[in-house]
Amino acid sequence: MKNSLKFRIGFPLLVLLIVVPMIFPFIWMFMSAFKTQVDIISWPPKFLFSPTLVNFNKVFNEQNFLLYLKNSVIVGVAAVFVSLLLGLPAAYSIARFKQKRLSMMILVARLMPGISFLMPWYIVFSRLGLMDSYTALILSHILIALPVVVWIMSSYFESVPMEMEESAMVDGATQQRAFVAIILPLSVPGIVTATTLSFIFSWNNFMFSQVLSMQKTRTLPIAVYNFMSYAEVDWGGVMAAAVAIMTPAIILTMVFQKYVVKGLTMGAVKG
Amino acid sequence: MIKSGFFERNLKYLFPLPALLFVLLLMVFPVLYTLFVSFTDWTLTSGRPMKFAGLGSYLKIMGEPRFLDAVGRTFYFTIGAVLAEAVLGTTIALVLNREFRGKNALKFILLLPLVATPVAVGIVFNLFYDPTIGFLNYVLSVFGLPQSGWVTASSTVLPSLMLVDIWQWTPMISLIVLAGLAGLSNEPYESAKVDGASSVQTFVHITLPMVMPTILTAIILRAVDALKTYDIIYAMTGGGPGYSSETLNILAYKFSFEYFNMGQASSILVFLFFIVLLFSLGVTKIRKLFEL
Repeated sequence: MKNSLKFRIGFPLLVLLIVVPMIFPFIWMFMSAFKTQVDIISWPPKFLFSPTLVNFNKVFNEQNFLLYLKNSVIVGVAAVFVSLLLGLPAAYSIARFKQKRLSMMILVARLMPGISFLMPWYIVFSRLGLMDSYTALILSHILIALPVVVWIMSSYFESVPMEMEESAMVDGATQQRAFVAIILPLSVPGIVTATTLSFIFSWNNFMFSQVLSMQKTRTLPIAVYNFMSYAEVDWGGVMAAAVAIMTPAIILTMVFQKYVVKGLTMGAVKG
Repeated sequence: MIKSGFFERNLKYLFPLPALLFVLLLMVFPVLYTLFVSFTDWTLTSGRPMKFAGLGSYLKIMGEPRFLDAVGRTFYFTIGAVLAEAVLGTTIALVLNREFRGKNALKFILLLPLVATPVAVGIVFNLFYDPTIGFLNYVLSVFGLPQSGWVTASSTVLPSLMLVDIWQWTPMISLIVLAGLAGLSNEPYESAKVDGASSVQTFVHITLPMVMPTILTAIILRAVDALKTYDIIYAMTGGGPGYSSETLNILAYKFSFEYFNMGQASSILVFLFFIVLLFSLGVTKIRKLFEL
């Protein structure tokens, strides 16, 4: 049956049926980003048009998007870095000492609605004069990245056989030394998975920055949103902004595809 | 081993300690604070000091039609979207569960919606949905169907938002189920073949029961996030038109950061948290049944 004519025609059609709806919004977004406002609002919608860079020029030169891009990178990188620093030892400990209760706590952190900490933070950070500061934003984004790191790494460490550090400890190394010198280098694939995913989650986060950032530390998702809420929507500009925010995440996914798939499906499959 | 120092002997406390302190300070305390505020009548706008109000905020919220509507919408949105995602996602996984050229490229395409920034996704769909220039109304007109108001009409706004959620998260279920299918052992299939089972029988009696725990886990993960959907709704409609797409998370945001009614906002949050918790506990129980 596998090689029957019906299958050889039917299967690619089926795949097409899956792929086209999935990818079409991206194609439309890219096309619209290169259209003039006149082309965008023309009816029927245009598939052929002469491309323009006007929208990107507007986004980067008039709207200060480079600043917001820089903010997003600073917040994401710092939050992921601190999360690895805090999360890797914690994940190792959860994996090796079977600390079920600790891992439950991390799970609960993933369940909680974000606003239930946002409201108290808003009050505390404004009393401390930390509104619109990198500190407040990075702290909040660590809470996005840390559970991802612990979640992915504790199951990764469990898959690394105990003998690895035991042999080093027989030779006189301490367990913490064995963790740094032997386990961590062995766990690079897991660390890449955790880093990529937690960075993407921080990159995409809207709610925390919406409340905690203003002019100075505004990140890209907020900038894109603000761009749209003007009275008359400049669709070309908004689409160019959407392209600007999605491209880095798409490139990261392309480079680390295998790891991203693993990270997203991990835990669910193993149970 | 005897010589081991203080650090090594207490490794299991010292290693998780920094992470634990962080979570305690930035999550546990704030959540307890929210719980505490939910028993007060505190508003930031009145300038009055916080006053204990017992269950006052809860009672007020319960009597608020906007709250009750939001509860209904949150369930409607979650159940509708996640069910569609589970059925579609599993079907896609079953179709793709074979070797073919370009499978990796296809998996990459499946990943795209998952990593796309939700706010930007919402905006792109707003362009699709636009009643006058949108692509979807054009498609409807090509087929001679009546135009729809999509997110601008209160009768169609929720299904339109659910469609965006379905577009973005169906691939997640597909990828999880695909990974689950890849891990299945071959033996039951071989003996089914020996027994002469049809492909439908094999699917119903072997494949489905074996991947069911995986599908259910995917559903829990998805539903927990769907209950809290915020970005897409806020970016696309801000809860409107009127209040017609206000879910609990949007309502809680408005009560805290637009009306600064912290007491009632907190009681909405406590309520939402319990729904999420009960839901995950419930589904975990169902999942256990399948594993036995």
